[in-house]
Amino acid sequence: MVSMIPQTLEEALELLHNDEYCIVAGGTDLLVQKRSWSSTPPAFEQSTLFIKHLSELRYIKKVGEWILIGALATLEDLLQSEHTPAIYKDALYEMASVNIRNEATIAGNIENASPAGDSLPVLYCLDAVIVLKSLHQTREVLITDYITGLRKTARKSDELITEIKIPVESFTHKRWTKVGGRKADAISKLSFVGLANILDNVVLDFRVAFGAVSPTVVRNKKIEEQYINQPLDKLKKHQQEILDAYDQLISPVDNQRSTKVYRRQVSLNILKDFIDQL
Amino acid sequence: MAKIEFTLNNKIISIDEHPNRRLLDVLRDQLLQTGVKEGCGEGECGACAVLLNGEIVNSCMVPLGNVLHKEIITIEGYRETKQYQVLKEAYSIEGAVQCGFCTPGMMIASEALLRKNPHPSDKEIRDGISGNLCRCTGYNMIIKAIKRASEEGEGLW
Repeated sequence: MVSMIPQTLEEALELLHNDEYCIVAGGTDLLVQKRSWSSTPPAFEQSTLFIKHLSELRYIKKVGEWILIGALATLEDLLQSEHTPAIYKDALYEMASVNIRNEATIAGNIENASPAGDSLPVLYCLDAVIVLKSLHQTREVLITDYITGLRKTARKSDELITEIKIPVESFTHKRWTKVGGRKADAISKLSFVGLANILDNVVLDFRVAFGAVSPTVVRNKKIEEQYINQPLDKLKKHQQEILDAYDQLISPVDNQRSTKVYRRQVSLNILKDFIDQL
Repeated sequence: MAKIEFTLNNKIISIDEHPNRRLLDVLRDQLLQTGVKEGCGEGECGACAVLLNGEIVNSCMVPLGNVLHKEIITIEGYRETKQYQVLKEAYSIEGAVQCGFCTPGMMIASEALLRKNPHPSDKEIRDGISGNLCRCTGYNMIIKAIKRASEEGEGLW
């Protein structure tokens, strides 16, 4: 096993083309996952590729109808940027602590694909697109298709996430709720994102996502679409039906942070409250 | 193993160590920066905080491979500054130190905050030190100390 520190993106892609690596960006999740006894190196099972210093992948800009985020933009960069969508900032403010946000990257949070990754429900709701590069190819995947399971993504071993694209959109209603054990540094017991666009009592857009209550984030466009371009009254009238539908979709577990009963009940309570507030 | 060069407390260092190693371990074991403490080892407590290019990070979560050509300041380097003297005095007057284990990390968090925001509100101070745990003081004295330092150190930050 080797450790490589490439000087350019091109060089990183060449290395990935020729061998398999565990890609280390900020390292804030990996160093805890691979943690070993104090003073001994973390127990990586694969060669490591360090990319955090590749400044060509650290930017946040608005180009036309898209917000383009370099894979290595840190969570703190995103929290401070004028281009970051407001709903994402609400989530970032409650993520980890400034100590961790200074190093943790957006691509790391996505690639880690943890059910409790707080960027994920927001990025699902914002229809984020993941841009992947390999030596000879570039492809784009919608985040809902990119994360394929618990800590699993559609990344091929020669690919690197280089950019995250978010469509520029505005919403009349936004709701981020994280339920955790303390204000900072908490890993979510559950999280909720609700977005809606309502004009003259017509629902132009309605999006909902739940974090930490299933192996991957739960977002269901079929449920949402039934209420889009419909009167707000219809959405309100069908509140119980909507709650029942999501009740079927989420599958929380018992673990050290919370119980499945609590997670299910609170998730649905927050959704109910979000609909009440519309 | 690889030669990794970085600046530690304003001196250029070149060290032959595995890039996977935690910055925390290299700082303590090879570079004898024992003011950098290991508390939880998983990013919850901030006892291992250092400044990396002027920003606070937990050194237990930073692999050595990520510090190439960067500038690191530990509490040992920070204590040579005027800002440290002001903070030290303020911590002492307000009783912000009890067992002392969190103090090096807490001072680094105080510096990182005041550097960005020389006149923080109570809420901003609480946010600034939210990644650092203290199990003795209940935080109120630390918050007062940072407030005092921001007043006494007018113009320094």
